[in-house]
Amino acid sequence: MIQPITDSKPAGMIETQTIEVSIGPQHPSTHGVFRMDCVLDGENVVALKPVMGYLHRNHEQLAERMAWLGSMPYTDRLDYFNSMSNNWAYALAVEKLAGIKVPERAEYIRVIVSELSRILNHSCVIGFMLQDLGAWGTPLLYAFRERERILDLFEALSGSRMMCNYMRFGGARVDMTEAMLAQARDIVAKFPRFLDDFEKLLTNNEVLLARCQKVGILTKELAINASISGPMARASGVEYDVRKVDKYGVYGRMDFRVPVGEVGDVYDRYYIRVLEMRESIKILEQALRDIPAGPFVAPEVKLRNFKIPAGDGYGRIEAPKGELGFYLVSDETGKMPYRYHVRPPSFINLTILEDMCLGHKVADVVIILGSVDIVLGEVDR
Amino acid sequence: MEPIEKIKEALTQAVPGAQIEIVNSTPAAAQPALLVDREHIYVVAKTLKEDARFQFDFCSCVTGVDYSKLGVIEVVYHLYSVAQKHGPVILKVRAPRELEQCRVPSLTPVWRGCEFQEREAYDLYGMKFDGHPDLRRILMWDEFTDYPMRKDYVPPADYEWEPTPHDDTLTRAISENAAMPPSAAAELERAKKK
Repeated sequence: MIQPITDSKPAGMIETQTIEVSIGPQHPSTHGVFRMDCVLDGENVVALKPVMGYLHRNHEQLAERMAWLGSMPYTDRLDYFNSMSNNWAYALAVEKLAGIKVPERAEYIRVIVSELSRILNHSCVIGFMLQDLGAWGTPLLYAFRERERILDLFEALSGSRMMCNYMRFGGARVDMTEAMLAQARDIVAKFPRFLDDFEKLLTNNEVLLARCQKVGILTKELAINASISGPMARASGVEYDVRKVDKYGVYGRMDFRVPVGEVGDVYDRYYIRVLEMRESIKILEQALRDIPAGPFVAPEVKLRNFKIPAGDGYGRIEAPKGELGFYLVSDETGKMPYRYHVRPPSFINLTILEDMCLGHKVADVVIILGSVDIVLGEVDR
Repeated sequence: MEPIEKIKEALTQAVPGAQIEIVNSTPAAAQPALLVDREHIYVVAKTLKEDARFQFDFCSCVTGVDYSKLGVIEVVYHLYSVAQKHGPVILKVRAPRELEQCRVPSLTPVWRGCEFQEREAYDLYGMKFDGHPDLRRILMWDEFTDYPMRKDYVPPADYEWEPTPHDDTLTRAISENAAMPPSAAAELERAKKK
């Protein structure tokens, strides 16, 4: 659609028009079926509206028609990169509502699998981001090679590479054997070397610096006000990590730092993810060292006829993409959720997409969106 | 963080006339909420954000809930403080289920993070947010007319149905078929079978 000619042209200049360009929903750089309605003046973005919902399947209503445990496998499909974290967020919310105490070993297993899924997510996101920059294949396939090693462990543990459906209320579905723990230790021992290689290729890379620095700046004030969470917020200098604030699971015992960015541009968002992977490795080393023996699931939790007293509650975790929360309401029958609401981090992180893109070139929109790290399974639900 | 009773007291003093009620959650979750009336929710939210004692600068989660037995739609706001690292304080506001009266003030001017989530509550529950800068459907398509997360929603038999340019012709053909004398219609049927 061609916009009317603007009358604010300087004397002697040719008349120009703005043009509306629709990027997506079938576009490789939108990471799924997502559309951006851009209004361009030449190559510069003057307005941008995100359009979503192409993958909407009313996840919440489906969960409201199932027993509490019934929607556990379905949470895998929210952020399909990190099914382990999604499982944990849902299990945590239900445990909060029902007052279930999780055995220590289960807490450690949860920390191990969700930190593994964090390094998996971050390395892949960096790969995808660079693919958007034109580095076709190489960084992404390097990341995918490491990802496969983690997915092998997940497959041995849960029977599925990506749709793990691993957690249960009060613990996990199966125990982690010694062999699996050894496999995890091996991954953790080898990962820093991969990360060093990865950084050697990228961190001081001229193209990466030129394309990412001072692009898509998000200020600290706006990040807090717009409920931005996760690496996005921390790249803008918001020192907030649910692992540190809520100390859920056994994160209270872990020694790790929260990396914080200064500028809040795309480069910071890239580098924060690298630093977070290094912190995750630290957490994993501690968890794999300290994991105690004992039950891996709370024995008193019933699988069948599981009921929750009436009331509501909100449980949240620091998922790789940000704060992932579940708001659950139980009614008098207590057999299934009366209300099941997901607080998806990447959906809310899209709020400020327009603010970040304004004034930049259309080519930068792609990389800014890549740095937000969205997954449409979670955005559209 | 101060206990919820103290916060309620402070809010009643700061916002004269506001009717604030404490609603309990399950005993295990222990997340009591503040049910605020529609007229004062905006001022209460602004106070919670700006007062130096609270500083709830981060609105984490906005949820619409349909309590069809009570005849209300409820909107739940989960507030945290990034500055003081405490929370949550939970704000609840209710409006009748009838579509004309189903409206509450938007809190997007206070917390920008409510923008998409309030649009979602409008899209799925039909709750209108007064003062929202851009209240459109977000997950369902624009031509959709119902609010699918309401408890009394009945899904249509055919989701894929869309009006086409041939609809008029088709209805005319059907009505003309019906107007045919029975013998002629039977002949047409026989011809079709051949």
